Amino acid sequence: MDLKTKSLQFGKEHGVAVAIALFLLIGIPVLSSISPSFQVNIWGKYLCYAALAVSLNWLWGYTGLLCLCQSLFFALGGYMIGMHLMLLIGKLGAYKSDLPDFMVFLGYKELPSFWQPFYSFLFSGGMVILLPGLVAFIFGWLAFRSRIKGVYFSILSQALTYAATLLFFKNDIVMGGNNGFTDFRFFLGMDIRAKSTQIILYEASAVFLGLCIFFIWWITRTKFGMIQQAVRDSENRVLFSGYATTAYKLFVFTVSAIMAGIAGAFYVPQVGIINPSEMATSKSLDVVVWVAVGGRGTLYGPVLGAILVNLMKSYTTRYYPDYWLIISGAIFIFVVLFMPNGVVGLPKQLGGMWTKFNKMRSPAEPLTQAS
Amino acid sequence: MRTFTNLILVLGWSLSSLQAFEATIGSEILAKAIVASGEARATLLEEFGNESSYGDAPLVESWRRGEIWIAKLPDGSSVAIAYNGKPGTGMVTAAKLGDGKMVTFDLAQASASNPDRASRKLLTKVGNVIALKHPSDRNRADAARQLGLQADEEGLRVLQELLPKQTSPAAMKGFQEGIALAQLKLSKGDEKLAAVAKLGDLASLTARDQLKTLLQSESAMKPPNLALLAAIKKSLAAIESRQAIVESGATLFRGLSLGSVLLVVAIGLAITFGLMGVINMAHGEFITIGGYTCYLVQTWFINRYGSSGAAFDNYFLVSLPLCFLTAALMGWFIEWAIVRHLYSRPLESLLATWGLSMILQQAFRLKFGAANVQVASPSWLAGNYEWLGITLGWNRLFVIVFALAILFGTLLVMAKTPVGLQLRAVMQNRRMAASLGIRTARMNGFTFAFGSGLAGLGGAFLSQLGNVGPSMGQSYIVDSFMIVTVGGVGNIIGASLSALGIGSVDQMLQPLLGPVMGKITTLLAVILLLQWRPGGIFPSRSRSLEG
Repeated sequence: MDLKTKSLQFGKEHGVAVAIALFLLIGIPVLSSISPSFQVNIWGKYLCYAALAVSLNWLWGYTGLLCLCQSLFFALGGYMIGMHLMLLIGKLGAYKSDLPDFMVFLGYKELPSFWQPFYSFLFSGGMVILLPGLVAFIFGWLAFRSRIKGVYFSILSQALTYAATLLFFKNDIVMGGNNGFTDFRFFLGMDIRAKSTQIILYEASAVFLGLCIFFIWWITRTKFGMIQQAVRDSENRVLFSGYATTAYKLFVFTVSAIMAGIAGAFYVPQVGIINPSEMATSKSLDVVVWVAVGGRGTLYGPVLGAILVNLMKSYTTRYYPDYWLIISGAIFIFVVLFMPNGVVGLPKQLGGMWTKFNKMRSPAEPLTQAS
Repeated sequence: MRTFTNLILVLGWSLSSLQAFEATIGSEILAKAIVASGEARATLLEEFGNESSYGDAPLVESWRRGEIWIAKLPDGSSVAIAYNGKPGTGMVTAAKLGDGKMVTFDLAQASASNPDRASRKLLTKVGNVIALKHPSDRNRADAARQLGLQADEEGLRVLQELLPKQTSPAAMKGFQEGIALAQLKLSKGDEKLAAVAKLGDLASLTARDQLKTLLQSESAMKPPNLALLAAIKKSLAAIESRQAIVESGATLFRGLSLGSVLLVVAIGLAITFGLMGVINMAHGEFITIGGYTCYLVQTWFINRYGSSGAAFDNYFLVSLPLCFLTAALMGWFIEWAIVRHLYSRPLESLLATWGLSMILQQAFRLKFGAANVQVASPSWLAGNYEWLGITLGWNRLFVIVFALAILFGTLLVMAKTPVGLQLRAVMQNRRMAASLGIRTARMNGFTFAFGSGLAGLGGAFLSQLGNVGPSMGQSYIVDSFMIVTVGGVGNIIGASLSALGIGSVDQMLQPLLGPVMGKITTLLAVILLLQWRPGGIFPSRSRSLEG
């Protein structure tokens, strides 16, 4: 494929993407203002999930690191903004106290010192970036320097998520325990349940998702991105060519964790709850499902996958609640076995099969000539 | 001949009302005592206490319950008869207590004999003495300790009398403890000091509370008996260090039994993951399959044979091979349907089996309900065994022994059989093995089925230690993967050692840090361990760069 056709193809693809983006940016809010039953925050949730999927795709699809702690970073970001939102409730809680309800319930008389700075939105926002980034940096440094890769990295990251989930279920760490944070009232001075706030949050998530996609589109075109993809394809060759693959992987891992954390921070105010089950290992694997269904290693695949799977989940859990896990499991197996490039790769795959089929219909001619 | 008459009697009277007691020296004396009264009865009971054997215990018990009757014979004499029927009229023939001779009497002339207060007191003592004659060493020792705790002169005398007759060390220790415990309360001065020291020497756990109260009362005494205080403290220290050993022994045992379950699960995983390179996220669901198979077999046995009795007790033995087979068949099918397409893509085998795990879990939930189901232990696994003061549950002991058997069985299959040889060949170099004529596809199916079957067995064991639920496998899957990674992938011995290690560390940390923090610490420790030895404790050696 020469460069010209490649750029033309990209143009077509991006054209569709821009059209969809415009619909998401303008169409959804318009729809929600026309029909009062239309829930814009559900679409906001999908977009946050899409951003999470994009962050995982950058790790898995472009760098070859199947990370099973993406939900942990997502939830950590969510928890950080959740702490801020909890403090903003003020005396409106069930116990009419300045403390968040669960602290009153646990018998706390005053705010623990590490909660104090979360009155500031800027600090909380900083922590959304800092905490997932720091956790990812430390874990990644430990894992990559001892050359843990492939499935071992996946298993280890799964164990980290598992440990963190257990930790957040505990009441002792004063993070809401089992129930997590909920019942938020205000956000940046606005009523969090008002439709206008929801639309603002939705637009912000959409813009963030767009930024994430743009960032990945841009970075995969730089030299860094090339080496990153080379690490995916053959890490040892890159290593022997004199590149410190550990540093590349660590950078990608950390930035992707931050991306997931910010997505989580957009998610929590729109959904209105964050609890430890949001970071469970099964959630991490859900994200992997979205990316695989959409098409990993593609720019728009994860977005498509996240939205498709979640739409399907909303529909199925409403009408056939018992069968969602079975359906999603079956989809997953099907996609892994038969659609290695996901929905995005489907047209190409079908095209390839069509050519093959045509060739099979007329195989006899060269044979007769030879004999 | 006598049995024959007895049989007729039993048929003639009612089955429940007649009890035949063995004729012993003790029972003869007791029969006399029952008929006698006052001073004569007391003397006879004392004699009974000295002459009785353990076989007389039920007789004493039935007298206390009023199931011994006194009947007037036509010749005017009174005899004791074991009878727990209703009063009535008519002539009845029954065996006399003591010599067992047949007598005929008028039921209207007979009445239940209840021991009077004084006799009851005496009987309690006699009961204590009889307990000291129990045939089992351990029960004898326990009885001696109990009698020592009661601390009366009479008990002390009996204990001292019976001590020289004890031959086994366990019983002797029990009697010595009992004597020292009694002396602790009863004696004064040097004898008390000696008793305290003796309890310390014996490291008697029974005496701990006694010594503590004594320490309190002695410290309050003015002037304090310094020598005695020092001796008490020394003995207490000895007892407490013994207690610490017992407790850590119990922890170690719990760790071992948890480790053994993990071991069975992890051997299966070491085969599918370690040898085949397939990340089977549904491995946990094979555990669940095993658990539910056990439950189904149990339900079938209950429907057919009722929930008790020998037939029911066998259900577990029947279910063990079934658990293995069901899980193995399922494994075989899954290898054929899904896994074999993904050998070159290990990361994707992780994803496909995760999807499978979701399907299976939900299927279990729909079929058996979201709540846990109970699997009852057969009676031969229900009890405890006590060893050096550590309580060992039979079910846990069984799991440990069986896990070791499975480990050695697996190792034998791998090392000594042609199948094992082929299996190793395929796992080391699939293409080379294929070109040498090994049917690799069949071997893959067999290996996967074997690993899955082991997980099913693990589920059967878990059903004996806890409940069976749709997501029971999930809680073990992270642990199992850790174990295989720590042990060194593909190394069954390594996996076994790390299973036992992780199980023990987990159980040891839990009392110190609580269950959650213990688990977290274990996981973090594993992550750090992999820093030090990235390939696990026993890394597989390979010259292949990507290996």
